[in-house]
Formats: sequence, C-alpha cells, structure tokens
Amino acid sequence: MGDFLMPSLGADMVEGRLIQWRVAPGDVVAKGDIVAVVDTSKAEIEVEIFEPGVIEELVVDPGEKVAVGAVLAHVRSTGVAATQAPAAPEPTAAEPAPPVPAAVVAAAAPAPPAEPPGAADGSGRRRVSPLARRVAAHLGVDPASCEGTGPGGAVTRADVERTAAEPATRAPAPPAMPAPSAMPAPPTMPAPSAPMPQTIEPPAVAATAGDERSIAMRRTIARLMARSKREIPHYYLGHHIDLSRALDWLKERNAPRGPAERVLPAALLLKAVALACREHPGLNGFWVDDELRPGGGVHVGVAISLRGGGLLAPAIHDADMLGVEALMAALRDLTQRARRGQLRGSEMADPTITVTSLGERGVETVYGVIHPPQVALVGFGRVTERAWAVRGMVGARPVVHATLAVDHRAADGHTGGLFLGSIDSRLQEPEAL
Amino acid sequence: MTEAEARAVVLAALVEIAPETEGVRLDGDVELGEQLDIDSMDFLTLMTLVSERTGIDIPERDQPKLRTLDGAVAYLAGV
Repeated sequence: MGDFLMPSLGADMVEGRLIQWRVAPGDVVAKGDIVAVVDTSKAEIEVEIFEPGVIEELVVDPGEKVAVGAVLAHVRSTGVAATQAPAAPEPTAAEPAPPVPAAVVAAAAPAPPAEPPGAADGSGRRRVSPLARRVAAHLGVDPASCEGTGPGGAVTRADVERTAAEPATRAPAPPAMPAPSAMPAPPTMPAPSAPMPQTIEPPAVAATAGDERSIAMRRTIARLMARSKREIPHYYLGHHIDLSRALDWLKERNAPRGPAERVLPAALLLKAVALACREHPGLNGFWVDDELRPGGGVHVGVAISLRGGGLLAPAIHDADMLGVEALMAALRDLTQRARRGQLRGSEMADPTITVTSLGERGVETVYGVIHPPQVALVGFGRVTERAWAVRGMVGARPVVHATLAVDHRAADGHTGGLFLGSIDSRLQEPEAL
Repeated sequence: MTEAEARAVVLAALVEIAPETEGVRLDGDVELGEQLDIDSMDFLTLMTLVSERTGIDIPERDQPKLRTLDGAVAYLAGV
C-alpha cells in the first residue's frame, strides 16, 4: 500500500485545498488518471496519479486545506514496486517524464508519509528531501544548516521548519514568512513571471471564492516576484529578429488549411526557444543550493493571460521534441484549458524556462522577471513592421524584439547572447523547426 | 445565410470564447480585438467555430475582413 500525496503544483506552493475526489474507495486507477481536483490560489487543477493501484481510503475530505506532501489517500499498489516522483525540480530522471510530484510513495519506505526520502547524491553531501529543499528555499533557510532527522540523516521538511523557527540560523535577507497555519488566505501557487503591472483577478470560479483567491493570487505573485528580484541578479539582453521568412513560410503553409489546422507565429517562436534550450542547457533548468540543476527535458512554460486579468504559466512538456503542428495543438489546448480552469497538475509542475509573449496588441519589448527557481525567461514583443537594411538595401520587414532575462549566478552574458542568436537563426529556417 | 443568422453565429461563438461578452454592446465597425479581450489565439478559435458551424471556408487571407462584427456578418452572409 502507498499514499497519494498533495502534489506541489509549482515552486512556491506550500498547501492546497482538496475540492473534489474523482475516485472512490475500491476504484482501480492507472498511471495518468485524474483522481482529484485541487484548488490553489490561482486555479483549480486536475491532479493525476502516477502509479497504478486501487484506492483504499480517502483521507482528506473535500474542502480541507492541507500542506504539500500530506497524505490525501491510501492506495494499494498494483504495479511494479511503487516509486516516487520528484517533488522538486531535481535533476533526476533522464527520461522525459514530466516533473510531476503527485506521487504514490511506497508505504514500505522508511520515511514518514509526508516526507519523501532524501535525494542521495552519493557525494557525501547532506541528503535533503525534495520537499524539504523547496520549503527551505521558500523560508530562506540553507538546508545544509539543518540537523537531519530523516532516514540516513536526511534533512526533512520538519527539520527545515524547526531551523527556520530559530532566528539565528535564518538567512538575513528574506522577510519572515508567517507559518502556513497563521496565514488567513495562504497563497499556494507559483506566480507567473509577470513582467508588468497587471490586474489580477480570479479565473471563472465560484463567486464566493473569488475575492479570497484574488487576494491570495496577488500575494503569491508579490512574494514570488519580490523573491526573484531580491535573490536573482538578472541580466537582460535584447535582439531584433527579422520574421519575414518565418511569416512567409507560415502564410504559405496556412493558405490551403482551414482555421482549425492553422499555425500561429507563437508556435514557431516557442519551437525556436525550445531548440535553443536544447542547444544551451545552461539556461534550461533551476538554480538550487548554489548550483545549476539542468531541467530533465525542455518544458517550456507559456505565460497565458486569463480573461479578465491574471496569468498562469503552465508547461508544454518536451517542447523541443514536438513538431510545429503538435506544438500548436498543445498551445491551443493549453490556452483553452487554462482559461476554463482545467489545467492538470503535471502542467503546473515547474517548467524549465518560461516564455512570455505580449501578442499583437501589446508593446514592442518586454523585459521579464525570472520565475524562481528557473534561470531564464524569454520575452517576445509585438511583431512590428520596421525599416530593415540588408546588404545596403532598406526594406520593410516584420520584426520582433526578443529579450532574455538570465540569472547571472547560473550563466554569463556570452551564453545568453548565443541563446538569442540561436533563436534568431532557427527562425530564419522555419521549415526546419 | 441571412445577416441575422450570421450575426447569431458570430455572437454565440464570441460568448463561448469570452463569456463576459454576453450582453456587452458591440460597435459593429470597431475591431473585435479592440473592444474585447481577444488575442490571436482567441481570434483563430473564433474563425474555427464560425467556419465549422456555417460550413463556410475562411481562408487566412480573408481573415482581416472578419475583424469587425459588421465585416464578419457581411462576409458570412455574402458568401
């Protein structure tokens, strides 16, 4: 028997409210089945299970708010030995499995249910559970300074919280986070990389929850953006890219196709970014414990504006492996579901990089704020027609201003320059995207 | 297709894409994107829904003609 745990649906989520069970005791579940709906401060998210099994007991009732990692249900495993999915952006799986934390942890594991075992790194460094690592980052605590009481001396969440409660060991900079239990409306979702002022309003949800969510969402964004600007030494690069080839190619491709089969320029831009990430893995990952952890795959977070205000940045998994058509289909599907509040847990788990586009009615340039613990954010402004000189001849070309914000701890300007150059050159060969 | 039918199809699709537009008074000759919170993805969805429901093919080069409500109605009714 194992446990189905409250998943982390983003870097800054500390707790969530169970809205609805989609299964009942006795139900047989397969990998990827949606078993519950969880409310975070930003949206209701459908949560998948990643181990096959039989639901034995539902531990948490709808309406209850519990911490990330808390047991939601007991599950009898029917598959191979139950394993655990990483709960944080750990550089674990080499295969492109989505970094999804909704995990069934084998009950036989020696760790207490809410504590996935620490990630052994084999280098003699202190073992820190992924959950503890995330909570530590959240509370501004260095996990290495915590006394580990978990299996093999691993640092657990409880250890981190105990350390955080001792003022002397706290990192000096971060302002105190109230303990979760003291928070009236605890923000739980990672804020999107919100590059500019915006009105955050709740997506379409029950009116009663609207105000609370709106407040919680704003607080989440405030905390995450403040953390980003406090901790991340951003550097910014910008590069104008001539899109005439890409748009001509797209126009020709779209001409014989109906609206349902058409591809938008946004899909080409995303594909170019995904391929650039593969070429420059130093910008595709997370800054954790003073080192860069490569993202296990290119999972591009797409900032999607919600109708009436607000943003979510769900991920398109393995975007570098998708053809332009598949990427467009994924983008279309993700946009619609984000706006209807039907995102899945695996999509809200941490993207490895984020792209923000202002669309055709925005301004020309966006300088983004990195979404920690990611290390880079790509921004695309509006495509505008500009005078553009080629070999001494000036002509009008559609041009987009691509920007890149990078965590200077993780990479230097040279890498960022190559990255933007890679996006540019790939957009000059749209047929190869 | 009559103009009234075309208008009904477009408005119904708009409400599906942007529920808050229900009951909003639209200027027939101002671009929908300016009046409503409609981006390129929304507009493509609008074209998809309208094309599916009317059976009228809307080539990409014609899309600019449908950027206003009046333009869309005229295009669909006139085909």
